[in-house]
Amino acid sequence: MDLTGFFNEAFAARDSILKGLEATIAISALAICLGTVLGVSVGLALTYGARPLRWIARFYTDFIRGTPVLVLVFASYYVLSTVGLDLPPFQAGVLALTVFCSSHVGEIIRGALQAIPIGQIEASKAIGLTFPQTFAYVLGPQAMRQILPAWVNTAAEMVKASTLLSIIGVGELLLRIQELISRTFLSLEFYFFAGVLYFAVNYAIERFGQYVERRVALPA
Amino acid sequence: MGYTLNFAAVWRSFDLLLEGLALALGLAFAGILIGCAIGLAVAFSLTAKSQLWRRPARLYVTIIRNTPILVLILFAYFALPEIGVRLSKLNSFILTLAIYSGAYLAEVFRAGLLAVPAGLREAGLAIGLREGQIRVSVIIPLMLRNALPSLGSTFISLFKDTSLAAAIAIPELTFEARKINVETFRVIETWIVTSLLYVATCAALAAFIRFVERRLAIPR
Repeated sequence: MDLTGFFNEAFAARDSILKGLEATIAISALAICLGTVLGVSVGLALTYGARPLRWIARFYTDFIRGTPVLVLVFASYYVLSTVGLDLPPFQAGVLALTVFCSSHVGEIIRGALQAIPIGQIEASKAIGLTFPQTFAYVLGPQAMRQILPAWVNTAAEMVKASTLLSIIGVGELLLRIQELISRTFLSLEFYFFAGVLYFAVNYAIERFGQYVERRVALPA
Repeated sequence: MGYTLNFAAVWRSFDLLLEGLALALGLAFAGILIGCAIGLAVAFSLTAKSQLWRRPARLYVTIIRNTPILVLILFAYFALPEIGVRLSKLNSFILTLAIYSGAYLAEVFRAGLLAVPAGLREAGLAIGLREGQIRVSVIIPLMLRNALPSLGSTFISLFKDTSLAAAIAIPELTFEARKINVETFRVIETWIVTSLLYVATCAALAAFIRFVERRLAIPR
């Protein structure tokens, strides 16, 4: 352990590390936002879609969930460029994470919506609500209780999955740290440091998730 | 576009992919087996009465669950040798996967343990079993039945995490796929076949787990 050396190098490279952290946060935030938008549509299609639509959504989620994120990242970076959509690594990576996120969000939403007793839909029909109204006033708010905590967990998953983008050369935190290591040879110190930084980000998200879970829990 | 799919190059190297898949499965089983042992011990600590057991167990689970597995893999392979722990690629990956899966399995087992009624332990005591005997022959079998569904999805997601072994050049499925890509430039075909192999394996694992679940279900 060469602590003085580590602090000197880390301080000298602070710009690069901060840039990496910024990129990690940007990637995760983009993937979570876009993935949630896509995931809501997938979740609705899974639960209420007409049969062909539901099959397509089921195939989509099962396929994505059955494939490792790393394979998705490679596929979106290499395969899309062969068919003419030449995305830079950053965008290809965000696309892969978005797709991954959407399949998870889709399943979370399906689970939450299906947990609501069918009687509630029938009751809404009985008092003459249209389906959009039923969704907005009856199903949505109740599903939220289950969706929010799980959704925050997915956010932490996305931060962790963003490390995989280092393999296609996106300058996020892990890649910056690896560059530092290849320059300074302080692999123990810097990998540990990376672990601490990721832990800090994810722990904050996890605590936020626990807070949300307490807030939305039904009072006992 | 004018791109014609040509799978011939992939079929020629299909053996490599299958070998990679076999290695990935082997890694996953070895890692998860050790991980189950860790997870079981940690789950008992998490549900222990004394803070002395609970605190360190909780710390372990929190740290591992909030650190990206890629960082753990790189740390174990590149940083640990600096403090004298030299492991081969395979051993270091299996160790990492075991420690990583231990944290997730601990949570799965903990939930299963909490669902075992306390009366069963008391009944065991009443017929004169020792604490250890109660654990092995009463609590663990019941806990496994409770935990089976989430155990299954944890298994599948850990199997997918073996794709990260490619990052330290272990020749598993993703690594072989990249190699075929580099050699043949048949990028689309390789990734299609690779992801289908992953999806098929995950589907087979899921089907197997559902079968075990049905076999172990309490007959009504």
